[in-house]
Amino acid sequence: MRAALLAVVLGLASLAAFAAPTPEDRLSRVFESIEANRLDEAMTRVDALIREYPNFRLAYLVRGDLLLARARPLQTFGNVEKTVPFEKIEGLRDEAHARLRALRERPAEDRLPRSVLQLHGEQKHVLMVDSRRSRLYVFANANGRPKLIADYYVTLGKNGIDKARQGDQKTPVGVYHVTANLPRKKLTDFYGSGAFPINYPNEWDRQQGRGGHGIWLHGVPREVYNRAPRASDGCIVLSNPDLEAVGQHVQVGLTPVIIADEIEWSDAADVEKERAALAAALEQWRTDWQSRDTERYLAHYSSRFAASGQNLAAWSAHKRKVNGAKQWIKVGLSRVAMFRYPRERDFVVVTFDQDYKSSGLSNVMRKRQYWVKEGAAWKIIYEGSG
Amino acid sequence: MLSLAARMAGIVCALALAMPALADDVQDAAKLLKAGQHKQALERVNKALAAKPRDPQARFLKGLILTEQGNSKEAIEIFTKLTQDYPELPEPYNNLAVIYASQGQYDKARASLEQSIRTHPSYATAYENLGDVYAKLASQAYDKALQIDSSNAAAKNKLSLTRELVGRPGSTVVAAAPKEAAKPEAAKPEPAKPEPAVEKPKPAPEKPAAPAADASAEILKAVNGWAQAWSKKDADGYLSYYAKEFKTPGGEARDAWEKTRRARITAPKSISVGVEAAKVTMNGSDRATVTFRQNYRSDVLKSNNRKTLVMVRAGERWQIVEEKSG
Repeated sequence: MRAALLAVVLGLASLAAFAAPTPEDRLSRVFESIEANRLDEAMTRVDALIREYPNFRLAYLVRGDLLLARARPLQTFGNVEKTVPFEKIEGLRDEAHARLRALRERPAEDRLPRSVLQLHGEQKHVLMVDSRRSRLYVFANANGRPKLIADYYVTLGKNGIDKARQGDQKTPVGVYHVTANLPRKKLTDFYGSGAFPINYPNEWDRQQGRGGHGIWLHGVPREVYNRAPRASDGCIVLSNPDLEAVGQHVQVGLTPVIIADEIEWSDAADVEKERAALAAALEQWRTDWQSRDTERYLAHYSSRFAASGQNLAAWSAHKRKVNGAKQWIKVGLSRVAMFRYPRERDFVVVTFDQDYKSSGLSNVMRKRQYWVKEGAAWKIIYEGSG
Repeated sequence: MLSLAARMAGIVCALALAMPALADDVQDAAKLLKAGQHKQALERVNKALAAKPRDPQARFLKGLILTEQGNSKEAIEIFTKLTQDYPELPEPYNNLAVIYASQGQYDKARASLEQSIRTHPSYATAYENLGDVYAKLASQAYDKALQIDSSNAAAKNKLSLTRELVGRPGSTVVAAAPKEAAKPEAAKPEPAKPEPAVEKPKPAPEKPAAPAADASAEILKAVNGWAQAWSKKDADGYLSYYAKEFKTPGGEARDAWEKTRRARITAPKSISVGVEAAKVTMNGSDRATVTFRQNYRSDVLKSNNRKTLVMVRAGERWQIVEEKSG
């Protein structure tokens, strides 16, 4: 019994106490009882958990094991003897792994996600999905630095991540943001307590020829508490209470959603070094633009640059013509956000408000650039409105 | 339902019944029930109850008859009332559980069986039934986990109804209680007796020179000795097979457990305990696990269940440190 149940328990780290324990916290208490060989206590705890969350399926699996262990020795965790579809039982086992692992393997207090180089003042939170852990981490913006405040079990695409085509049932990997807030009453029960669409495919996805659409963060139907770790058509699915909690932090159009294979944790000094290098490159780009020395300005663009149908040659020709005609140019940047792009090597999304004034034309726009490191220098590989 | 009859045995006669006529009616009703003449059995037991409405044997029998007739509702009422009037008797709990299980009410069945075992920690039938109920509940939990419809669960239960009320034959608990209470007094001077009983397994050292492989022969000999002492209703001999560190099944104090065992061993008129298909697994040279089918038969109860004894070497003999049914 213990051996089989402990197979899902990866360590012995004790867990922090929570003020209002979630079903997941309570499940972990059940496993603590099992580890301590207090099986009656485990049963009491799992029964109470089921009473309160009768649609929390994983709890029933554990309860089944605790009961069956009284009748005969267990062969495995989730010792279901009937012939059932493999993925059903495997989904619950994977969920148990994911939940317990996430609770036991906490990032150290002083570690920061390497992706989040800079948040701008109005971005109160950033959401990050660690697909390997089936986990969504919520970071608050603490003076520009991300501070982990909560994390939740999530369901991702049936076929994993790295979405490329419509219908491939995969979750995209990349840097996105929430584009809308769809309340429950506008949706069918399938989406549970609400939905937050994200901007997949983004500019980079399109350039890479990635297809599909309609990637949302959403809830679950009434009859379930949550779904298996890999069960959606590509969406990021949370339990309804968790979605509601996350929803409290979401600002439409502002909140970044970064989806990665695995969150890379780094220390503050390294993140700051990288941020400073990017900020310097951006500032250089701005001043070179203002200088009206078009060649210096164009030196910031990669030979692989492409945007709105223009390659570098077309872009350069256009810029030489426009910039050459100006008597003066003033560029102001504000609300700058910078995120390393998951999967890609040395690749950063920079978004900012651009206040452009010149002798001929003035305009203010939200701009997005993708920067890539070529040799020692950061270069722009895409630029467009953001 | 077929299997409900699996462990049927003769009704224990209320030897100490004050009223022979009543005893006759109960006996007759039991015979009629055994013969499948439910209606006549019911008439006869009702007659007995008319004379003595509180008699537990008669009420228990009526519960059985009603169960056989498929009248679960009234049977539940009777057994429930019996558990209230005689909370120390394990059988009404067991039978309540069997009926609940047949209705698919496994949580109720479980509660009832756990109560039965709390009452009598060594009550084999309840253990066996409880094992089945746990497995059933587990299966239901798995079905919920996997969203499978488990509506046909009630069809396959194979729990055993207890046919007999083994508790003291006295017709009221008031009569029974003093008897049980009297036992320990008789037992108290006896702790010396385990010494003579030790002689029984002594033949075992006949093969002391044999290497470890032969320990299993010694162990089986001890198991057989234990079963024989039990069969002879030799409570002292029986208890001498239990090591000092024996883990009582309900975690109760050794004294309390011994008291219960003495009562259970001496109550029936006759007992026979068979050990079948025994298998010894050595855990080191001084510890072994023995599993076998225990075929228990008394004038009041028949049971055949798996038993596991964990035994340790204590000097030249082997003693039981743990006993598990099912």
